[in-house]
Amino acid sequence: MKPDDRIGMKHGAGGRAMRSLIEEVFLGLASPVDGIGLAALDDGAAIRVGDRWLILTTDSHVVHPIFFPGGDIGRLAVSGTVNDLAMMGATEPLGLTCAVILEEGFPRDELIRIRDSMRDASREADAPIVTGDTKVMGHGEVDGIVINTAGVGLCDRVVTDAGLRPGDRILITGTVGDHGMAVMVKRHALGIEGNLRSDVAPLNGLIRAALAAGGDDVVAMKDPTRGGLASVLHEMAGKAGVGVLLDERAVPVNPEVRAAGDLLGIDPLVVANEGKAVIGVRPGAVDRVLAALRGHPLGRRAALVGTAIGDRPGQVILDTGLGKRLLAEPDGEPLPRIC
Amino acid sequence: MPDLVDELKFRDPVRARALSEALAREVDAAGRTITLMHVCGSHEQAIARFGLRATFPRRLDIIMGPGCPVCVTDTPEVDEAVALALQGATVCTYGDMLRLPGTRRSLADAQGEGAKVEVVYGVSQAVDLARSRPGEQVVFFASGFETTAVATAAVLLSGVPENFSVLSAHKYVPAAMDLVSTLPETNVEGFIAAGHAAIITGWGIFEPFAARTRTPVVVAGFEPLDVLAAVLELVRLVRAGRPEVVNCYPRCVSREGNRPAQEKLWKVFDVVGGNWRGIAAVPRGNLELRPEWDSVNARRRFTIDTAAVGGASHNLLAEHCICGRIMSGLAKPSDCTLFGGECRPESPVGACMVSSEGSCKIWHVYGGPPDLSEVA
Repeated sequence: MKPDDRIGMKHGAGGRAMRSLIEEVFLGLASPVDGIGLAALDDGAAIRVGDRWLILTTDSHVVHPIFFPGGDIGRLAVSGTVNDLAMMGATEPLGLTCAVILEEGFPRDELIRIRDSMRDASREADAPIVTGDTKVMGHGEVDGIVINTAGVGLCDRVVTDAGLRPGDRILITGTVGDHGMAVMVKRHALGIEGNLRSDVAPLNGLIRAALAAGGDDVVAMKDPTRGGLASVLHEMAGKAGVGVLLDERAVPVNPEVRAAGDLLGIDPLVVANEGKAVIGVRPGAVDRVLAALRGHPLGRRAALVGTAIGDRPGQVILDTGLGKRLLAEPDGEPLPRIC
Repeated sequence: MPDLVDELKFRDPVRARALSEALAREVDAAGRTITLMHVCGSHEQAIARFGLRATFPRRLDIIMGPGCPVCVTDTPEVDEAVALALQGATVCTYGDMLRLPGTRRSLADAQGEGAKVEVVYGVSQAVDLARSRPGEQVVFFASGFETTAVATAAVLLSGVPENFSVLSAHKYVPAAMDLVSTLPETNVEGFIAAGHAAIITGWGIFEPFAARTRTPVVVAGFEPLDVLAAVLELVRLVRAGRPEVVNCYPRCVSREGNRPAQEKLWKVFDVVGGNWRGIAAVPRGNLELRPEWDSVNARRRFTIDTAAVGGASHNLLAEHCICGRIMSGLAKPSDCTLFGGECRPESPVGACMVSSEGSCKIWHVYGGPPDLSEVA
């Protein structure tokens, strides 16, 4: 298929289109590095420093609306970067940066609210914000506010998103779809907010507990943000050259999220999360790691949801309890359907 | 907290297995391949989403007919909406309609060129938009079968602002089955009728069809057990040679249907003939506003310059598209050389890949050709 001449929204939606864009354009920036660099397309980079690893990651945050049930763009900006570090194994961030681009006319009181929210999240994660940058652009040149955060941390062992092998078990740290559904319902003013709340949270404490319990048996981690669990499982399966058998009934979904999904024709499996992790573990470590996750406030509903298999590398097979089918890799932003 | 949805008895795997086994016995006993057709994207979604095809007997073929109102919306209808948008009207429509190909442009293309096109989730949202923008002409490009047509009718009956009008692309369900039964190539032995449309029309509406075509019809709901139970019942009717209408969705559908809704529907709409994309001219296929509603009918109210958006299509791939055959039940999405390659949801060639009610889109979203029999 020939690439599009122009960038569309799908190129930022976390699915196949975005992956093609990154591979076709930005991989051209990749250069050899002692560790894990751009070419790995992981959550961040790992650079060898002495006998430890420096984990480095960056993320730009845009969200509509900027305040949503359960959080706001500030909490998202801190959590996103803390989580990307944690997914590589660095659960004690040394420092975060905060670069803000504001649109002319942006209300100061909203900026203060966002600042406070960043401060709270940074304290929650014990991740100090140590430097920053501010730019203002003209009215209409940027949409409200964009926040970029970068983060660094050290760790002794890097956990990639490519470590699955057949027989490994796949855990999710809690319910899926909460963030994306809460934001979508608010954004499109669908009037069915109810108890929908984003799960946005820094996960480094939870991941620290999982790594302490599982040690080297924790073999792969990734946070299922844009594109949801479906997208992340495809990525992990593809990079590791395994298939994934996912037990749909084992995947925890809040009833509000499921109901909204049924109403809108959107599968919670393709909806973004901002406070969840997918963790691949060796079979012998399942109970230990699950117990550790469930002992943490952010992991109470952690569950064993799948298994890596040797068949069908790169594919995800969904067992619905009533039959089996392939789970498609999401192509772009999910849109509510007619009727 | 218990998950209420999982407790729904209509998704109970044990009962599903029992139904599947009974179905296997019936098809086995028939000793031949039985072909059934449903005419609703929501049924295809239930079948695909829950992986039911992997459980169907090999000699049972369940195909989707022209059951996607968006997919059968014809190119000239899209051209009308595109022309109105380019002429300066604000065109509101369902998200599914946005990328439906017109002759040269979809509404999404028009939007990209600066036309005002808004995605709404219902007709009342379009009316709200008209109220909030009194200076603009707001046109609702209406799509869907009777279920959504009733909503359009109800909104018109309750009064709309002066700057609001409707461009109807509503379709009429019974026409879909009539159409298939007249196609010489089909070997469909029984129909699964859409439960939600039948809530409005009542199941009695299918009785003349069953009698005339000597084909059984089963009205079905949309949960996995609804579908399995309906398929089992239909296979039994086929085997017994009984061209009857059976209501397998009695918790929602009655013989008479929703009378007040029907009254609203027929106060506003009339059944007229029209072209269905890729299929044929369908007598009684479309729902158009009655003459007394001319003042809110965009076709009557505005001069729509479709010549400006017409001409030759640029899409060479479209020549290979087999949407028409797929919607007539003569081919499966996986029979199309474009499926999943050149034709994908983010770059659809044919209408069946555009709408979430289209069979190609559904097959694509739910993982492609459902051949998982060899997976443990």
